[in-house]
Amino acid sequence: MQPTPAPPPDETPDSASDAVQQAVALAHRQEWAAVLASTVRVARDLDLAEECVQEAYLDALSAWQRQGIPDRPGAWLTVAARRNALDALRRARTARERQHLLIEPEATEQHLPVSRELGRSSGGGRSLDMDTAVHDDRLRLIFLCCHPALSREAQVALTLRLVCGVSTPDVAHAFLVSEATMAARITRAKKKIAGAHIPFRMPAPDELPDRLDAVLTVIHLLFTTGHTAPSGAHLTRDDLTERALDLARLLRALLPEEREVGGLLALLLVNHARRATRTAPDGRLLLLEEQNRAQWDRSAIAEGDRLVLAALRGGPNPGRFTLQAAIAALHASAPTYADTDWPQLLLIYDALLRTWPSPVVALNRAIVLGMVDGPDAALDELDHIEATGRLAGYHYLPAVRADHLRRLARWPEAADAYRSALALVDNEAERRFLEGRLAEVSAF
Amino acid sequence: MPQYAIFIHEVETPGWFADTPPEVLEAHMALGGQIAALGATVVNQQACLPPGTITTVRAGGLITDGPFIESKEALAGFFVIDAPDLDVALAVAKRVPLVNGAVEVRPLLGQPD
Repeated sequence: MQPTPAPPPDETPDSASDAVQQAVALAHRQEWAAVLASTVRVARDLDLAEECVQEAYLDALSAWQRQGIPDRPGAWLTVAARRNALDALRRARTARERQHLLIEPEATEQHLPVSRELGRSSGGGRSLDMDTAVHDDRLRLIFLCCHPALSREAQVALTLRLVCGVSTPDVAHAFLVSEATMAARITRAKKKIAGAHIPFRMPAPDELPDRLDAVLTVIHLLFTTGHTAPSGAHLTRDDLTERALDLARLLRALLPEEREVGGLLALLLVNHARRATRTAPDGRLLLLEEQNRAQWDRSAIAEGDRLVLAALRGGPNPGRFTLQAAIAALHASAPTYADTDWPQLLLIYDALLRTWPSPVVALNRAIVLGMVDGPDAALDELDHIEATGRLAGYHYLPAVRADHLRRLARWPEAADAYRSALALVDNEAERRFLEGRLAEVSAF
Repeated sequence: MPQYAIFIHEVETPGWFADTPPEVLEAHMALGGQIAALGATVVNQQACLPPGTITTVRAGGLITDGPFIESKEALAGFFVIDAPDLDVALAVAKRVPLVNGAVEVRPLLGQPD
């Protein structure tokens, strides 16, 4: 994904050197959320705030060429974007003519030491020291985008668009829908935010666990969408996984006390550490047991490990992201697939299934059960899962069944199961893997 | 301040309000104070007679017995609140006692801010 504000080449001011363009692109990647969140506070309107921030990034290209790259690009951009917003509001005569106020003026914001200097005067350029407030505003922006009154797909799209600053065409591309569809989805969500007065503020303490869970779910969804592209020729979309990691790190910095945030970051880090080994050079999906562990990113795994331990030790009843991270970390720390600590893994899966009774978790637990108690035990468990009907249409269910039948040398049944899985799979790399296995078991 | 209508939908039962468990009725009585404590104000509140009393008038004037949309759920009541934002309105909605239904929170076209 290219930074949104980078204009097409023919619009790039000739005077903007490579260094300036790189600085603007870097500031876009690192500062977009802070600049936008802070500008929303002045503009009180998402669309206006976005326009003003875009304008600020464009202005930066020429201004930084003339004046040099500022020491704190984020503060420069924030001042510029907020000044743009104040100018726009003044042009509109009065803020009251905006159709809605995203923020109640001066209300209910006890912990809000936002730079009053910009609110009071039109002057930019004064030094800004508002890191704390900006942190709060970024969190507000994240919670706004992931508000439960918005559909999950709108939450994901808005988070990419507003928190990460990804352009609407790029968001559309990431989720394999047309630009028009994505633009309509984002517009609809913004209209609901405005019309229903979804607030730009922190959730109340009693709401925080649920609201945070929604945020973590959105970030995890972004990561898994990037990690296993739902269809298409390639298994991963690194752009999305990188954005998800950025978001998880940002959230970790903003909410260091929340164990599940650490758990999520750990989960993403450990999975991301294996990215180079998940496919063969021909694009074929490689199973965990086939992956070259020497190529796993050991420093990422170590960081994930530390985060998991901290989250597990932080108190009783670890959450589902922490438990998933513990599972991923246990896999990652095993010297070989055969040396994986399966009994320990089964214990974590039991805890995860209690916390999060999802059929997909039950399916993965069945695989681990197969390693501890043998393929027959796993097949029994798969029968139970299939009987619930909750995984109908999910290709991993017949794929896992096929694998256990294969291990028991029940060739015709295995072949049938592989065919069922093939009928359901979308991803091309996974399809080739299943076809390979089908050919193997059909040879007997 | 934005206004929201909160529509209370309940599964239809033969006795309608007579079937409402006493604890739900009691919770309704306590709701007013809770709404005020959340920073919202009740503008209007109404309970509806059973769905059997509904008459529908269609565009063109055709009058028919029964609701516009047939469903096993029916509107049991509604209230209109002034609330600072959707989160407060949702907090109010969460406290509405229900037997077996759901509440809908509907922002209203109010006065411009």
